[in-house]
Amino acid sequence: MTSTLTLSPNFSEAGKRYFRAFSPGDDFYESLIDAHRDLTDEQSAMLNAKLILLLANHVGDLTILREALLRAREDV
Amino acid sequence: MLKTYTYPKYEYRQPDEQKERTARRYPVVIVGAGPVGLAAAIDCRLHGIPVIVLDEDDTVSIGSRGVCYAKRALEILDRLGVGERVVGKGVSWNVGRTFFHEEEVFNFNLLPEADHKRPGMINLQQYYLEQYLVERAQELGVDLRWKNRVVSVQRMSDQVRLTIETPDGNYGIEADWLIAADGARSPIRKQMGLEVEGKVFQDRFLIADVVMKADFPAERWFWFDPPFHPNQSVLLHKQADNVWRIDFQLGWDADPEEEKKPEKVIPRIKAMLGDDREFELEWVSVYTFQCRRMQEFRHGRVLFVGDAAHQVSPFGARGANSGIQDADNLIWKLKLVLDGKAPERLLDTYSAERIAAADENLMNSTRSTDFITPKSKASRTFRNAVLTLAEHHSFARALVNSGRLSVPAFLIDSPLNSPDGDEFAGAMVPGAAMDDAPVGVDGKRGWLLDLIGNGFHLLYFTDVAERLGSRLDELRGLGIDRIPVEPVVISEKAGAVAGVRVLHDLQHLVARRYDAREGTVYLLRPDQHVVARWRKFDAHRIRSAVARATCNHS
Ligand SMILES: Cc1cc2nc3c(=O)[nH]c(=O)nc-3n(C[C@H](O)[C@H](O)[C@H](O)COP(=O)(O)OP(=O)(O)OC[C@H]3O[C@@H](n4cnc5c(N)ncnc54)[C@H](O)[C@@H]3O)c2cc1C
Repeated sequence: MTSTLTLSPNFSEAGKRYFRAFSPGDDFYESLIDAHRDLTDEQSAMLNAKLILLLANHVGDLTILREALLRAREDV
Repeated sequence: MLKTYTYPKYEYRQPDEQKERTARRYPVVIVGAGPVGLAAAIDCRLHGIPVIVLDEDDTVSIGSRGVCYAKRALEILDRLGVGERVVGKGVSWNVGRTFFHEEEVFNFNLLPEADHKRPGMINLQQYYLEQYLVERAQELGVDLRWKNRVVSVQRMSDQVRLTIETPDGNYGIEADWLIAADGARSPIRKQMGLEVEGKVFQDRFLIADVVMKADFPAERWFWFDPPFHPNQSVLLHKQADNVWRIDFQLGWDADPEEEKKPEKVIPRIKAMLGDDREFELEWVSVYTFQCRRMQEFRHGRVLFVGDAAHQVSPFGARGANSGIQDADNLIWKLKLVLDGKAPERLLDTYSAERIAAADENLMNSTRSTDFITPKSKASRTFRNAVLTLAEHHSFARALVNSGRLSVPAFLIDSPLNSPDGDEFAGAMVPGAAMDDAPVGVDGKRGWLLDLIGNGFHLLYFTDVAERLGSRLDELRGLGIDRIPVEPVVISEKAGAVAGVRVLHDLQHLVARRYDAREGTVYLLRPDQHVVARWRKFDAHRIRSAVARATCNHS
């Protein structure tokens, strides 16, 4: 178990073979933008908040979550 | 007239059958002398097929269109015999840099690996590409008919009848097969009542070609939200003759006619380059882009290729590049069908394979366009978050999408492949476009891809060619089949044997790139794609794979 935040590319999908390095990240990004399609700005903000909570619970480890919070707050 | 280029004017001559008032029948007629129709015509001639090309115009592509030609397209152009001229005139490059505001946030190298004949990309104005293709087509005896506009097509069960308008009036011809390479607006597609489905992006781009002396490196530079063009994107490319391509995103509300005026364009460029840099405008236009394709590329005896079949946004340079791959995929199949060596349904695999490729191109081009021109506040926030994180973190750099540049699709789901039975590592799976590598041929250094193609080939990997013994007879036997498979021995040591070509794997790169060992064989298609591979030679399995690759299996 590592307890530091992963900052190198880390997307993948079980059973899928990628021939291009950019493909898994692009697959994720497309799903993310699709999830927001046709939402108002307010609805989008709510979706984002829920998404963060879901993923935070999945990660669980508070050391990692605090590091992510710190990084996210840089340059905003 | 441009400052750096004079458009050729190709001579119109009245067609013989119009003078004689008789309709003649031809095996293949191509409509459209753009890069794709011309590539298809040249390939037909290389296969010995007589071919006519009809074009309503009498010159090459006017103004600013294609710029970037990718490695795979260059390899096909090599096979067609124009690669050297195109690469010689073009500007080769591999590195792309992406900036957010003023900072560089990401760069990529299209060809991180040495020892390939062709670079990741070259930049060349589309009119040069077309001019070289026309000259090659003329050299090979293509019947090029300028100022011949197709006004109607009539589909019969065993032929297509065309009505063509020339300066001398109308005439008719009959074609066994019609290749529609008549561009994005494809009058043939319209006349046949066929749909092209997808989306138009609600944005406009100012495309300016400027002549200037500048010592910027030959790289692709892309800016998100730069200080000289706030909130929008800008792209800079170097072309031949000191012509530079600059794309400015304008937004949907921009007035195209206003934006084209020099008094609007010049200040935008000065803001970018500084007041001191001298430049002249070569050509200015405003475009909107779309991502869409036809449902099928084959409709009986009419085969759609290039922009007529599919259109993508230019972020990724997947337009002409994919069209040239359409031609590469189609013509060897058409040749087998014309010769009665394969059933017509082989042409359905042209449609299936190139639709798979078009879908990959459309997907990548749509994703890039969505990243570059976000259409909602949430989407823009994510985009800017990625760009901000990219300054510090590699995971975010991988998400920066300023265009995923044209690479060939892996046709892994093609029915023409024979699936792997043996274990192999690496990317040369059945359906892959072949990787290039240096080889020794007759004592000289050459390139694998220059020596493979046009027909089926079998690569046989071994340490010492001279020790192959009776295997050589079996290899030679494949070369005299009804659909011949030319054997090529890839040998660890230089050598020669009678009746079979031996290539010396100079740097062991062929074996490495194809994960080959003693006795490994690869079956390759005329368009330089892997069909099948085995760890052991078996003539029976090879012959069934050829049958499958030509729709001759039961
Ligand atoms: C701004 C811009 C930048 C681009 N950049 C790139 C790039 O970097 N890389 C890339 O690969 N692609 C690029 N493209 C796309 C590229 O230009 C097209 O994909 C390419 O031209 C398609 O070739 P084609 O032969 O299918 O069609 P076209 O080039 O459109 O040719 C069609 C031909 O058909 C003829 N024709 C039409 N109707 C008839 C008729 N009824 N009778 C007879 N003849 C007819 C026309 O005269 C024309 O010559 C770019 C496009 C634009 C607009």
